[in-house]
Amino acid sequence: MNIHHIITELEKADPEVYERLDSRRGVMKSFAKMSGKLALAALPLALGGMFKKAYGQSTTTILGVLQFALKLEYLEAEFYTMGAAAPALVPAGAPMGAITTIRDHENAHVKLLKDTIVALAGTPEAKPVFDFSAGNGSGNGPLKTVFTDYALFLAVAQTFEDTGVRAYKGQAANLMSNNDVLTAALNIHSVEARHASHIRSMRRVNLSNPAIKPWITGKDTGGIGALVQASYDGEEVTTQATINIVNINGQAISVNAATEAFDEPLTSAQVLAIVDPFIV
Amino acid sequence: MADQIIVPKEQDDNVMLSPKGLQRRKFLTLFAGTAATAAVIAGCSKDSNNNDGINLGSGDIGILNYAYALEQLEAAFYTQVIMSQYAGITATELSLLTDIRDHEIAHREFFKNALGAKAIPGLEVNFAAIDFSKRDTVLATAKTFEDLGVSAYNGAGKLITDPVYLGLAGKIVSVEARHAALIRDLISNGSFADNTVIDANGLDKANTPATVLAAASGFLKSKLNGSNLPTS
Repeated sequence: MNIHHIITELEKADPEVYERLDSRRGVMKSFAKMSGKLALAALPLALGGMFKKAYGQSTTTILGVLQFALKLEYLEAEFYTMGAAAPALVPAGAPMGAITTIRDHENAHVKLLKDTIVALAGTPEAKPVFDFSAGNGSGNGPLKTVFTDYALFLAVAQTFEDTGVRAYKGQAANLMSNNDVLTAALNIHSVEARHASHIRSMRRVNLSNPAIKPWITGKDTGGIGALVQASYDGEEVTTQATINIVNINGQAISVNAATEAFDEPLTSAQVLAIVDPFIV
Repeated sequence: MADQIIVPKEQDDNVMLSPKGLQRRKFLTLFAGTAATAAVIAGCSKDSNNNDGINLGSGDIGILNYAYALEQLEAAFYTQVIMSQYAGITATELSLLTDIRDHEIAHREFFKNALGAKAIPGLEVNFAAIDFSKRDTVLATAKTFEDLGVSAYNGAGKLITDPVYLGLAGKIVSVEARHAALIRDLISNGSFADNTVIDANGLDKANTPATVLAAASGFLKSKLNGSNLPTS
């Protein structure tokens, strides 16, 4: 195939092509490198990848998402680190086992995100100072007993996990130009959902409340209340891409099941508003 | 408008509704008449010659059919679990497993409607090896299906070109992960995200369609052909 001809045609239709790809010479170099490595049949795929990259989101967008995710992971990592270390808070045995497992995952996510930001030539933002009382630094917010009241600790954990799931979900589309970053984000996203499921099961047992389930029903906070409602608003939808899920195709799917079957995204602005009281 | 996105008459129309689709059309226009067109077509038709089994199709539609196939499998499994409950099932377990059944049916029917005329047919399952009367067997199989489902959606994300579809897959995969964690906790409390499924970086698994389809094939009488699915 005549690569020079393709690029010339491309240039006619899109004069800015060299700003998208780095330069004509760069393109030629890419092709030379590719054709050395790839069989001809694989070239169209490689071509697709190159143009997807060129016309996809900029690295700036990707880095922005990663910094946003890093902020949330800093929050979670410090929350569980402090919770696991707080005297007489988390019972020994299965509960402490679960909290340390989750703590270690969140710390691993912090490290992975920092490494990825560096690999993309960015500088990881520093860890914010947190106020887990949700008092914006006063230390006297509505959650001030979070590290002495186990039920409250689990309630905040549930909210952080469910919010985290929604936060990653909301950013997936912004990562489509970088397959490695997108896949890593998806692989974190499902881990947060596993955490959410388990924390919810812990609350169910701790409060002897069978209404608390591993999944989100409607926009129910699981008895936590108005303080965390913003983390659940929007979860009550029963229509997906204009398809009504309730009793779909004659199946007995209740409103509750229809809402539980799909988790909903949050925008970064919504998430930042939710975590704002925790950041000094 | 959104209706059209989900129930496309032509796959190309559908793709063009998204920003990426517009870009793709531009490229196709650009490439028309060049040697590249022939090479691209040659590259595709090579795989299409394999018509063995139910062909899931190509592009985003192929990925949606792939998800539809997995949801069919899960829904059929949990339907059977609830119809022939294992010995000693508790009220809590029955309630949670019934919820999961309903979620999987909702996913299955959603994909069926979203795909419309492009949907693969209903699949025939093969659960001969599963003893539905035994808790251990049922939960072990459920764990296999849920972890596999999570890894399938995680691995398929990068293969999707339309952000709307990526968003929909994201809405479903976290629910599958919630199921996976619960099933694991029912088997052994605290195993919701243990190191058999989460790596040292705190990452869940992502599997390719080829790996997932091979793992699922043992539970299906119908033979699935994923040879036209995107691979990158």
